[in-house]
This record gives sequence, structure tokens and C-alpha cells, in this order.
Amino acid sequence: MPDAAAVLDATGVAKRFGAVVALKNASLQVAAGQVVALMGANGAGKSTFVKILTGVLKPDAGHVKIKGRDSTVASPAGARKWGLVPVYQEPSLIPDLSVADNLRLADTAIEPFRHWVAELGLPGLAPDAMIRSLPLASLRIVDLARALALEPAVLLLDELTAALPTDLVDRVLKVVRAQADGGRSVIYVSHRFNEIAAICDRATVLRDGLTVGDVKIEPGIEERIVEMMLGGAVAAAVSAERPVKPIPSETPRLRVRSLKTGTRLTDVSFDLHQGEVLGVVALEGQGQDELFDTLAGNRKPSAGTVQVDGAPKTFAHPADAIAAGLTLVPGDRAHALLMSRSVRENIAVPLLARVRNWGAIRMRDEAAKVDKAIDTLQIDTRALGEVRRLSGGNQQKVTIARWIAKGVQTLLLFDPTRGIDIRTKRQIYALVRDLADQGAAVLFYTSELAEIRLACDRAVVIFNGRVVDVIDARDADEATLMRAAYGLTEKAPA
Amino acid sequence: MTLTDTPSSLSRFGRLMVDRPLLPLIGLLVLLIAVLAILNPGVLSMFWAGNTLKIAIPLAMLAACQTLTMLTGGIDLSVGTVATISAYLTATLAPLIGVPPAIAIALASAVVIGLVNGFGIAVCRVHPLIMTLGTALIATGFLLVYQRYVIATGVQIPDFLLWLGTGRSFGLPNSLALFIPFAVLIIWAQRRSGFGRLLYAIGANEAAARLSGVRVWQVHLTLYTLSGVIAGVTGLLYLGQIKTASLSLALPLDLPSVAAAVIGGTSIFGGRGGYGGTIVGALILTVLTTMLTLMQIPEGGRRILFGLIILSVTALFIRLTERN
Ligand SMILES: Nc1ncnc2c1ncn2[C@@H]1O[C@H](COP(=O)(O)OP(=O)(O)OP(=O)(O)O)[C@@H](O)[C@H]1O
Ligand SMILES: [Mg+2]
Repeated sequence: MPDAAAVLDATGVAKRFGAVVALKNASLQVAAGQVVALMGANGAGKSTFVKILTGVLKPDAGHVKIKGRDSTVASPAGARKWGLVPVYQEPSLIPDLSVADNLRLADTAIEPFRHWVAELGLPGLAPDAMIRSLPLASLRIVDLARALALEPAVLLLDELTAALPTDLVDRVLKVVRAQADGGRSVIYVSHRFNEIAAICDRATVLRDGLTVGDVKIEPGIEERIVEMMLGGAVAAAVSAERPVKPIPSETPRLRVRSLKTGTRLTDVSFDLHQGEVLGVVALEGQGQDELFDTLAGNRKPSAGTVQVDGAPKTFAHPADAIAAGLTLVPGDRAHALLMSRSVRENIAVPLLARVRNWGAIRMRDEAAKVDKAIDTLQIDTRALGEVRRLSGGNQQKVTIARWIAKGVQTLLLFDPTRGIDIRTKRQIYALVRDLADQGAAVLFYTSELAEIRLACDRAVVIFNGRVVDVIDARDADEATLMRAAYGLTEKAPA
Repeated sequence: MTLTDTPSSLSRFGRLMVDRPLLPLIGLLVLLIAVLAILNPGVLSMFWAGNTLKIAIPLAMLAACQTLTMLTGGIDLSVGTVATISAYLTATLAPLIGVPPAIAIALASAVVIGLVNGFGIAVCRVHPLIMTLGTALIATGFLLVYQRYVIATGVQIPDFLLWLGTGRSFGLPNSLALFIPFAVLIIWAQRRSGFGRLLYAIGANEAAARLSGVRVWQVHLTLYTLSGVIAGVTGLLYLGQIKTASLSLALPLDLPSVAAAVIGGTSIFGGRGGYGGTIVGALILTVLTTMLTLMQIPEGGRRILFGLIILSVTALFIRLTERN
């Protein structure tokens, strides 16, 4: 429904990368005062579309009208002149500069930036902090605040909330909605239906590079959108709920006692049993990053003990943790992927890490393992040559595939479904359950609270660096988890 | 949406360089040879081809050190020094203690320099550029001390090195007997061995390699030791080729060895490239040198031109291949 008042009106946009057709015929309209969701499965072409609209990529075909006039957006600077301001899926800040320097580089005024940072829930952010030292969630907030400070006519947000914990998501949603209510326009890319329902007016759905629908957001529209996204092959309704297993009483796979790392993780204790998926719930910066880093051998704890199958362990290097069967899927895929290498090489690294595997690679064996992992996770095989060319969701899948190929005992998953579409999310829950049923133990941090019920047996809630609650997955509705995450139900577990 | 500028043919060439680096490189080599043939009709012959190969091989071997270290984002600027030391020790010790012990000592010193490089880079985390330049300086100092206190009774170049360095069979240089297995081994290792893959992994993202359980220091230590060994062996071959022992024998190959790897498509930032391209890069540089020689420019002018060409070709290739 291209209404007359469309601020941005793109039609017939096409783009291919070599043999990969990313966009065939995509269109999108957004009017003043609207938030339009841009939806589609992993690899559907959303990010490519956003990059074309903002002048980073050049389309092979297509027309763009801005405020009714035929327009040329040939560069990011050009886009900015038209008032089109993006926040891309990957943080676009220079790691070795401070926040203030990054702003200066992008010619952004600091005062409005400060205002927005505070508004978005990070008033304490120091402008002279190095980008490198900030956690991913803060980077996303910096990215957004920087965009808002430019007073965009059209704000384009590509999976901004994927890496944010719930409290920050709420702030972001409020701010984004307020932008639209103030007469501006927003294009909002997300895989999360609850966010779409909360702030969007319409949704444009892409499938395989084609715009297949443009619908008004109203109650009950979700299944229709899923249907459009996946093309008829309607996935089973979201009912991954399962009976919760009783926890076996033998020695736990992983026993953590009074673990302390850095300043944030002060005192965490829990047991993780074989066959169990243990959720971890926490607001931003409550020590969860440190917990996962420590268990993966990437950081040394200052106090506390870790036991694996009853034997005390200290990890001086990730290789030690891996030798003890603990493998990490880190939250930030930039820390996990070899962007310039192939999918196969990315998946195979852990198989070659030890000196005794430095010799001849058994190529057949490797190919079989890699193919199985690609298959299990349904990785888009159109751009296997370089991981950087995969869509964000497919990159995320590669980080998990690596450990499937290696075989897992204890899997530490830090927000593994970040940026992954709804079909694959369900597959990942099923995969995690399967792994657990086959005897693995899984620690599962998620920023999407609904996932606790879908994938976990129990959840520990961390607040202020300590475990404040342990909740059975059956009782883990979002309200309960939220209350616990804010430290409101503290009942110091024994 | 209208396009302001279509992708330039230059950037398309850059894309090709990244995807299939060997094709345009070989094209460039053929082009250079054609230019050479036009400038000097009659120069092309079997003898010329053999000679070009002979000159290119030591360069290509030292460039292997650069390729392997550059894959991890490093570099080895001590290779010229190591090759020189290995050649000098062999030539001066052989008359005193016999050929096999002389070569053993020569290669042992190459291993030691490599180990020191590796230790500094892997354990002390010194930047490879600084570390290898530093060890090269120190090693040169030791060589001067050695030259002063060990009175050489003369210089002897082992016969088999002469055979390898200058001999020909069926018109082709004998050094191919060393180089072909060497090149096959390196190319195999970079693609099909765990060690080779880890070089790429570390260059592409060291933190990720670490999280996957790779002890990066082990790789660095092995890598720089290996690089030392390759440089040491190259020194022996070079000795047979030049037939004299000098205190600066292989030093002029330092910069060209880096250039050959860069022209061959290996990224100085790590994670991309391979030895196949480097070999062609070494051939390109050698043909360029021949061209300058045939143009009968005085030595000074020739060096200036060669330096300028290496710098500009390298800069161009970096620009083409490192754009994103
Ligand atoms: N530079 C590139 N070179 C080759 N292929 C590319 C490149 N960029 C994107 N692609 C391909 O284009 C397709 C669309 O990718 P895009 O990133 O737009 O997907 P997306 O809808 O944003 O997915 P996600 O939800 O996973 O982020 C994918 O198949 C991807 O592999
Ligand atoms: Mg995307």
C-alpha cells in the first residue's frame, strides 16, 4: 500500500553478489510517523536491503523515492543528507578509539548523544571509554544514540535489540516508538515478534529476496507473517514445551562454588548436571559475561572453585577448558569467527587445535563432520567461501556448528539464538534438547526470557554478581523471571 | 536509484585478485615476458628461462618464510641475515672441520635464531617486525665477532652445493631438485595440514583461534623456527649459486622476499593468501630485474628503479586486495 505520504518508497530493488542473489525484487514503503518492521528468515536479504537504502551497497536495479522525489543514494554520506540514518547489524565503531573520538569521526555532536545515551538507560557511559573495552550491549546503545543524535527523518535499525538484555530492550522500544510518534519514520529489522507487536504499525516481509507481503500489525497476525516468511511450509506452532526431567542426584557435571571474577562477578555457585539445560538469566552487566569467560578458560577467577565430574579444575587457557569438555559459544560472533575464511575452515578449527593434530588433515573425515554440522543447523550454503559474506544469522549458526562437529560434553551457550530466525530458533532448541538427552550438559544464557521455558530445565538468576534465585522452567514465565532479574525476589539459595 | 559511478575496472581486478589470485598474476608474468621479448628480440631462450628460474628460486624460498609468517599477520625480516650467516659459516668452517659438521653448525645457528624469534614473538609478545629486525642485528654482530676471531684458512664451497646452485640438467637448473619438493610440501601444508590451517586461523582472528583451543604461542614458536630453517637452507643454496662467502650475501633479498609474497596475494594483515601466488610473485620480480639489467642502466640507477618498482607494485597490490 504505497500511500501518498511515503517518506521513503523503494521498489524493484535487486542485488546479487557473484552467484548469490541476495535481493530479487524488494520493495518497502514507510510514511511519516510509522514504524515498519522488515522481516524475513536468515539470509532473506534484510541487511542487504538496509545497506542499499543507506548507500553502502549499490543495487543492480530498483528505484528509490525520498519524500516523493526520485533520489540517488550513492554513499552513506548521501544517505545522511537525505535524513536516512542506519544502525547496522554489526557495531560500526572503531575499537581503538574512545566513544568521543568515534563521534567526532562521524561528525556527531556530543550533547544530544549524551542525552540519548541517558535516555536509553546507560547514563554512566564515559565518553572517554575505549570502544574495545565496552561490552557488546553498550556498543549497540552507543550506535543507536549516535544515530538518534543526527535527528534522522528515517531511522533504519537492523537487529539492534538482538544483543540487548531485556531492560535495555524496553528502553529502546520506548525511544523508537517515541521517534515515530514525533512524526519521524523507522524501519525496524527484528526476529522478535513481541517487539514487532509492541511498536510496529506495519510489517514488510521478505522471502528469498522478494517482498512477499505488507501487512498491518494486529493481534493474531504472527502466524500469518511466519507463513509468509517461510513460504507455505508452516512450522509447528510454538510449543517446544516439554516435561521437565528430575535432576539426577549423582555428581554434577559442573559444580561452581563462590566464583569471583573481576568486579562484576562476585559470588556465584550452582550445579549443572549431565542431561540438563540450565538457563542463566541476568540483566545487562550482572556478571554473566565474566561467568562464561571464566568457565571457558578465557579469564582467570580471583576466587572460588570449579569442579568437573567431581574433580577440581583450574583453567589457564581455553584449551584447558576444552580438554575438560567445556566449550563456549561466545556472545559476540566477532570473537568467534574467522571472517575471511570459509565455513569449513571455521567449523574445523577445534579439530586441529592440538599439536598432535597439526599433521595431515583427514579431509574426508573432516568433510563428513563439517557437512553434518552444516546440515544439522541448516546453514545457508550459497556463500560458503568466506564467512563474512554470510548473513548475520548464518554466521551465528557457524559458531555453534563448530562444536557440534567436535562433539560436546558441556556446552556454554551465550545467547546462541541472537539474530536467528524463528524456524532455526526452534531447531536450536530442539538441538540443545537432543544434545542434553544424549548426555551433554548445557549452560544457556539468553537475553530473550521466553527461551527459558522453551529450552531449559531450570534457570539461575544472577543479579549483582550473585545467584539470587533458581527457578524451575515450568514456572519461568517472563514476569517471574523479570522480577527475579531485578533482584526483587532474592531468597539466597542454599 | 541511479548509480553515480560504476565499479571501476581497477576494483573489479582487485576482486579477482582476492578470489582467484593466480590467474591475473600469471597474466602479468606473461605480459612482462612479452614486453621483455619486444625490448630485446632474441633474448628469450631455454637458457634464459633456466637462468631466470635459477635466480628466482632462492628469492622464492625466502619469500616462503614471509608467506607463512604473513599468514598469521607477522613477518620475518631476519631471513636475509640467517641465510647469510648459514652460507658464511658453511664456507669458512668447511676447510677447518669438514663439510657435514660445517653445515650442521650453519643450520643449527639458523634454528637458534628462529627459536629466539619465536620465543620473543610467542612468549614475550614482541611485534614480529621489531623482534626479527632485532635478532638480525644481533646475529650480524655475532657474525662480525666470528669473522674476527676465527681465522679462516680459506673458503671452501662444498661440491654438491655448487652442483645444486649452478649446475644444469636437461637445460634446467639443478636447484629445481630442491625447490620442487619444497614448494609442493609448503603448498600441501598450507592447505592440508593442521598447522597450515592454524596459520590462517590465527591471522584471520587470533582471539577466535584461542577460544577454539589453539595455544597460539606453540604455533608462533614452531613457525618462526621453521622460517629460520628455511632461510638457513636457502643460504646454502645461495652459497652454491654465488660461489663466494660474503658478510652481506643474501641481505639484498630481504625486501624483495616481502614484495614477492605481497605481489603474490598474501595479505600483510594475515588470514589470506598462499605460497602458489608467492612463487609467481618471485618470478615477476626476477623478470623485472632482468629487464632493468638489459636496459643497461648503471648500478645506482638500477637499484633506485628496482626499489621504486617494488614499492609501487607492492603498494598497488595492497590497494587492490585490501580494500575491505
Ligand atoms: N558480500 C557478500 N558476498 C556474497 N554474498 C553475500 C554478501 N552479503 C550478503 N550475501 C548473501 O546475501 C544473502 C542475504 O544476506 P543478508 O545479510 O541480507 O540476510 P538477512 O536477511 O539480513 O539475514 P539475517 O537475518 O541472518 O541477518 C545471504 O545469502 C548472504 O549469504
Ligand atoms: Mg541481517
